[in-house]
Order: sequence, then C-alpha cells, then structure tokens
Amino acid sequence: MQRKRNWNIWIGFLLCVVGFLSYPFFFAQYPITRDVPWATFLIMAVGLLFLVSGLRRAFGRPQEYKGKIAGSILGVLSVAVVGLFCFGVFYASKQLPKSAGAPQVGQKAPEFSLVDTDKQQVSLASLFAAQLPATKKPPKGVFLVFYRGYW
Amino acid sequence: MEVVAVSVDSPEQSKDLQKEAGLTYVILSDLNAEAIRKYDLLHSKAGQDGHDVARPGEFLVDSNGVVRWVNLTEDFRVRARSEQFLAQARQLK
Repeated sequence: MQRKRNWNIWIGFLLCVVGFLSYPFFFAQYPITRDVPWATFLIMAVGLLFLVSGLRRAFGRPQEYKGKIAGSILGVLSVAVVGLFCFGVFYASKQLPKSAGAPQVGQKAPEFSLVDTDKQQVSLASLFAAQLPATKKPPKGVFLVFYRGYW
Repeated sequence: MEVVAVSVDSPEQSKDLQKEAGLTYVILSDLNAEAIRKYDLLHSKAGQDGHDVARPGEFLVDSNGVVRWVNLTEDFRVRARSEQFLAQARQLK
C-alpha cells in the first residue's frame, strides 16, 4: 500500500517559520501584539500542535504515513526556530544598560545642541523659544524620544 | 507640545526616514552621542556593525527645563505608547 504524505509535519514547520517572521514584519508594529507577542506565540503553538500530530502519525502508524525522517528534521528545526524567538524576546531584547545616571523627574534636563534633518542646530532652549506652527506659541513641553536608529 | 526624536543616525538617514514615513516631528542627529551620553543612555557597541547607539528612553521636559516624566524601558521591544504621551501632555498645564 502506498503510504500517505504526512502534511501535518510540513504545515507545522511552515507555521513555526511564518510565526517567527510575522513578528518583525508585522506584529512588532502594533503595541498590542508587540509588547507581549501573543499572536506570534499563538501561530507557533498551532504549528507545534500540527507537528506533534504529524510525528505521532509518522511513528505511530508508519505503515500508513510517511514522515519519519522529514518529521525528525523539521521537528528539530521548528523547535530551534521557536527557541530562537524565545531567546530574542525573553533575553536578547532585555540586554540594555541600566542608565542609572539618566535625568529623573524633578531634575533639570541636560541642555544639548544637535543638528536636525536640514543640518540646522537645535538646542533644548531653542525648542522652547520657538513658536509651534499650530498654536503660534512656544511649546509647554518637549517630549524627548531617544531611539536606537538604523544601527 | 513638541516631539523631538534623537538617535545616532546622520541627518541624511533621518531625512530619508522622515520622508518615507511622513514624519512631521523634529529628528535630531547625535552622531557622536553627546546628548545620549549626557542622558546616560549610551548603549555601547550595540549597533549592527558594533557602533554605539542610544538605548530607548523617553522624557517629558516642561518649559522650565525640568523633567516631568521619564520612561526607561527594560526591553527594547517595549516602548512608550502614544496613549502614555497623550496622558502626560494633558497633565502638563
């Protein structure tokens, strides 16, 4: 008897990869799926379930289903992909300096002078001196957002 | 309110980003990480090719130059949300 192709193994592996890629390319853009990557984990969990069912077929009913070799390889790869994502989310992205010397609430914000995208010098003081186009008044506050950039 | 973004990217890189994403706020270039150092946000060698970058950090400064709110994330995936900014802006009368 011709043995059946074990699709669950392939679907499971594909879902793990899709889940992994979905985070940087899609879910990381939205805070609700970024801060706790539940949507990515959900896709990966479904993938692992498919994989487990495929492996049970391959090893439990080998006369009926193919997939012992492919299943073993894709199983290891899937676990590696999920593991890599967990490493990134639970460890790598938390490796940040303490920044204990950062200005705290109530302290004076350090003055600075940097260039904007038109190469004009901009300082904290100059920001408070300039009028906002919308209100024709100087700003009541400045949100300073430091970010990693293109790195 | 004024929003100002600071990174080690060059003015040209930031200009591209500004155009691409249609950003209207001020983007400042801190190539030598001077301001980033003053705010103790230097993340040394964390850039892709090993150069220094800023770790994410957000501050609200009032017109007296005093810090009114600070957000220093412990996970660079997790940044301040726009709702937080808006809530802080409303409090600053």
